[in-house]
Amino acid sequence: MTQPAIQISQIRKRFGELEALKGVSLSVEQGEFFALLGPNGAGKTTLISILAGLTRADSGEARIMGHDVVHDYRAARHALGVVPQELVFDPFFTVRETLRIQSGYYGVKSNDGWIDEILHNLDLTNKADTNMRKLSGGMKRRVLVAQALVHKPPVIVLDEPTAGVDVELRQTLWAFVRKLNEQGHTIVLTTHYLEEAEALCSRVAMLKQGEVVLLDRTDKLLAQHAEKKVALKLVPDSLPLALQAMKCGEQRGAHVLALQDFAQLDGVLATLRESGVRIEDMEVLTPDLEDVFVKVMHGEGRAVA
Amino acid sequence: MTPGFRALFYKEILRFYKVAFQTVLAPVITALLYLLIFSHVLEEHVQVYPGVSYTAFLVPGLVMMSVLQNAFANSSSSLIQSKVTGSIIFVLMPPIAYSEFFLAYVAAAAVRGVAVGGGVFVVTLLFALPPLREPLWLIVFALLGSGLLGALGVVAGIWAEKFDQLAAFQNFLIMPFTFLSGVFYSLHSLPPFWQGVSRFNPFFYMIDGFRYGFFGVSDVSPWLSLTIVLVCFFALSLFTLQLLKTGYKLRH
Repeated sequence: MTQPAIQISQIRKRFGELEALKGVSLSVEQGEFFALLGPNGAGKTTLISILAGLTRADSGEARIMGHDVVHDYRAARHALGVVPQELVFDPFFTVRETLRIQSGYYGVKSNDGWIDEILHNLDLTNKADTNMRKLSGGMKRRVLVAQALVHKPPVIVLDEPTAGVDVELRQTLWAFVRKLNEQGHTIVLTTHYLEEAEALCSRVAMLKQGEVVLLDRTDKLLAQHAEKKVALKLVPDSLPLALQAMKCGEQRGAHVLALQDFAQLDGVLATLRESGVRIEDMEVLTPDLEDVFVKVMHGEGRAVA
Repeated sequence: MTPGFRALFYKEILRFYKVAFQTVLAPVITALLYLLIFSHVLEEHVQVYPGVSYTAFLVPGLVMMSVLQNAFANSSSSLIQSKVTGSIIFVLMPPIAYSEFFLAYVAAAAVRGVAVGGGVFVVTLLFALPPLREPLWLIVFALLGSGLLGALGVVAGIWAEKFDQLAAFQNFLIMPFTFLSGVFYSLHSLPPFWQGVSRFNPFFYMIDGFRYGFFGVSDVSPWLSLTIVLVCFFALSLFTLQLLKTGYKLRH
């Protein structure tokens, strides 16, 4: 059996009064594209910091590719590349110098071939000799991604890499990260854009107040958690009394009804016909991760696998 | 040399080299101003060692003061800057051992200290040429002194959370210790009380031992100075290593 890329067991961390992580356990298999979701303050960044060795857990254990992040930190850190959330940079150096120095920290000599490839993939080639200070925010973000990749880590963690980033960079970035994933790199992503997680990640963990409240395959979550919904625009615009109980909202002048399953639609259509209400427009709403997220964060059930 | 040390050392050298105008040239000019003013005022009135002009006496003290202050400035300012900007994570996330971290910062600080000291020495040659009687002592004290202050800079850089805290460290500790260490005078010219106080100042032994390298004469035996500086260096190094090992203020 292969080692999990990331194995976290019973990690606890307290900052003064605040219990940031309350015994978090989860494991990410090699080659997975994994999303770590949760509202601000849920503990995502603390968890990542523990993996990276920036923060020390009060108890519990974390391993990267089987290497303990404390006792076998050299091997663990060699196996890990982290793109931090904050837009940090060293103002003294150019992009290429930054990446060469970063390679040196990992003992990678004459890394220019790989550095050029990363620069190309992140559309940074013509900025290689520009000082970090002179780059725009989006460009600095790309350099952060490049820095995390200089030593070709098998496990890559991206902590909100697309926060405040324009559409073009998002697409460049995701194309590159997808490619890395296809080449066998394990990717862990935290993001506030749930559609990104839904599109990219095969498995999702949701963190809430320092606990994993949900951990499952993305497709399974969507199938299980999100209700099936249909938006109906009616003429005249009045929803028959018998259907009021199913209504869960409105959307652009249409009534949104929640269904147990699509078979229920038959009954809905029949009721409308009997009430003399005509359907002007109908849209089946596909469930998305946001629905699941909102449900879970509002405390509906724990579904830790 | 381990890869982590080599890369971090190189980065630290490159960092001050890129702003050499401010990190090397400026302190050389400052030392030159001290020399011009003090020698102009005191040359006629003070003779510390027989047969040695005051200006010549002043040169080694100024050189060593520059070595010490710049070694401290290098490690402390590098650390505080990267802490304040957050870029410290780039050296905390890679597989760099705390001992490599320590050695890289201290060695780079020593290089900057010695570079500035060398620069000060070269420009002061225009005004006075002190003899070089014991060059080996000179080298030993320059290296140990810059290493000691480099380590102190690491401690200050780790401890300080803001630039003004570091400035306080510099103004209330480093400056008084260097100015009251006999850069501008011999210990024997002080009243007995202040002579006694100076003997508790490790900076005095660094300056005095360094000056011995030039003149072959000093206020106290160079062996005593060497012993005290060595003890301070090892004690401070152990303390700094311990801070780094526990991750004090660096790893939460």
